[in-house]
Amino acid sequence: MGSTPTPPHDDHVRLSLPVVEEGFSFNRHVMAYVHQAAERGLYDIRGLGAKRKLPTFDDLSFLTASASRYPLEGYREKCASKTVLGTRFAKKPIELETPITVAGMSFGALSANAKEAIGRAASAVGTSTTTGDGGMTPEERQSSKTLVYQCLPSRYGFDPDDLRKANAIEVVIGQGAKPGGGGMLLGQKISARVAVMRTLPEGIDQRSACRHPDWTGPDDLTIKIEELREITDWQVPIYVKVGATRVKDDVKLAVKAGADVVVVDGMQGGTAATQQVFIEHTGIPTLAAVRLAAEALEELDMVGQVQLIISGGVRTGADAAKALALGADAVAVGQGVLMALGCNRPAYLRDGHAVDVAADYAALGTAAGYCHHCHTSKCPVGVTTQDPILETRLTPDVGARWLKNYLQVMTMELTTLARACGKSNVHHLEREDLVALTVEAAAMAKVPLAGTDWIPGTRGF
Amino acid sequence: MGRVTPASGSVAAPSAPAVTLDFPALGVRKINAYLHAEATRADHPRVAIANPGGAHNLAVGLNAPIDVEIMGHAGYYAAGMNKLASVTVHGNVERGVAENMMSGTVRVKGNASEAAGASMRGGLLVIEGNASGRCAISLKGGDVVVGGDVGHLSAFMAQAGRLVVCGSAGPGLGDSLYEAVLYVRGELHGLGADAREEPLTADDVASLTALLAKAGFGHSPREFKKVASGRTLYHWNSDAHQEY
Ligand code: SF4
Repeated sequence: MGSTPTPPHDDHVRLSLPVVEEGFSFNRHVMAYVHQAAERGLYDIRGLGAKRKLPTFDDLSFLTASASRYPLEGYREKCASKTVLGTRFAKKPIELETPITVAGMSFGALSANAKEAIGRAASAVGTSTTTGDGGMTPEERQSSKTLVYQCLPSRYGFDPDDLRKANAIEVVIGQGAKPGGGGMLLGQKISARVAVMRTLPEGIDQRSACRHPDWTGPDDLTIKIEELREITDWQVPIYVKVGATRVKDDVKLAVKAGADVVVVDGMQGGTAATQQVFIEHTGIPTLAAVRLAAEALEELDMVGQVQLIISGGVRTGADAAKALALGADAVAVGQGVLMALGCNRPAYLRDGHAVDVAADYAALGTAAGYCHHCHTSKCPVGVTTQDPILETRLTPDVGARWLKNYLQVMTMELTTLARACGKSNVHHLEREDLVALTVEAAAMAKVPLAGTDWIPGTRGF
Repeated sequence: MGRVTPASGSVAAPSAPAVTLDFPALGVRKINAYLHAEATRADHPRVAIANPGGAHNLAVGLNAPIDVEIMGHAGYYAAGMNKLASVTVHGNVERGVAENMMSGTVRVKGNASEAAGASMRGGLLVIEGNASGRCAISLKGGDVVVGGDVGHLSAFMAQAGRLVVCGSAGPGLGDSLYEAVLYVRGELHGLGADAREEPLTADDVASLTALLAKAGFGHSPREFKKVASGRTLYHWNSDAHQEY
């Protein structure tokens, strides 16, 4: 008789997988938020834009030409990208070689080298740049062929002489990263030069106003716009920029107030420093904003008279093409520009060699690819800093070359897609050229879900 | 309420202007275009704007040492963004008179509505009557002298320059003040966050004497209280219960 083997005791043997379960509502991000709020008693402030997952232009795809449409030849057949902005009232509308423009970013938020690089690159590709909160520097005026001068609630450094030197004026009501909020610049970025330009004591934590000091509401805005026109003898276009919230109403009010151009900045728009709660929890995605803004112009019968610029997370030529197809006349790029200048790169260039800055990112508690620390003035790659040593990490020559290339690639991608849709002009792209890849995108952009003729919210369902 | 009538010692009536522009006949665009161009080329540029009828944006963006008399009430942004010119309004003004003035002088013989001298960076704004709320909001330089009272939240976030109130100041004066200095002769109906009363120094007395004389008011500087920033909001501070 053979003995039956005794099964081994399994008390001490673990056969199931160890379970480490992260909470959904209270995940590590939320826990870190609670911990830091408890430690500091102040809310978190950071740079760049919304990091959460949102519907984007990536959720759309072009129905390029085939048997029912014919495409244009790449390279051999021209596709125009010339863009004219401000045709409604201005004696001198802005004429650009590409509808891809550079969004407003201040000297103060950005280093002087970064601003100069932007001006040079934009001029090289024939597009416009924009000042920011803190006034116009002589360097940026000189380096930018077409410069849009912002009139912001803070009015830091606002100067009638600069107004007269501007190619367009942008009255900023809000921005996508913080619609309804004012600017911020923390003490570490208020260098002596920034302090003088803004008439502030050096090193203070600056919180700018969120409302303009001398007007409230659209009726006042009408008079304010007229004032700016009178001061500049009706020469240059006046833009009105809004953060994307109640887009349709706001665009209509801006048009009624006399804007030549309306700029709508969606939820993914960036900032140099704002409360995190603002960045992640206000506004609507750019994808939804474009269509609402275009509809507002259509309903007012103002298409072609008032131009629409879309910004907020526009990254690629495809994004630009989709925005144009949905009704924009131009786009403005902010964060993409910073990245072209080296933001979030693991190294900077010195004499043709890459100098690794992993340690500098680590000192900020982050790493290349994850950084959003523009508010600290310790930008490891010299883009958003006022530190005299750090700012040498980005030279105007290198920055201008990188950014020119980036803007050029975006324009080439835009014309490539337009040609493939059979358009000889990027402004001929239309909604009919697009389908949506998700139900959300179909509802927001009001184009059919791919493979269907369903646009949620239309025809009663 | 403070006095609405001009204080004694204000500037004498202007001599006859060389050119009179009739507002109803010309409209704001032609008048401003004239002030920006032809008027600056005249030898003794003196221009009167007759029958202004409370129009907005009169004499904005001036950029030369010319004298402009607005012979009645003006609307929003009268003499806005003035540089070098001297503008007198023989009446009341609406919102934002002399906003963002860089230099020169703007004198209002009557009262001013909201946000008089908003975000001014230089020059002298004199309001002989009262000014409404948010007078000298976001002031960045220059001097605002008000003969009567000012309304609520005057000198809100004022960064530099001086606001002198010969009457009383409404609630919330100097809220979130930076480096601007305020002088009030009458009552203080409540100071805003971070604004505090400070003793007048000898320097204050001397500079206020000169400013009052320049503005045409005969008060003794010692009758004024000084308000300046407590500077407690300059930096983030979780223990100060600061609202941002
Ligand atoms: S690398 Fe510089 S520009 Fe980019 S997020 Fe960090 S601090 Fe900002």
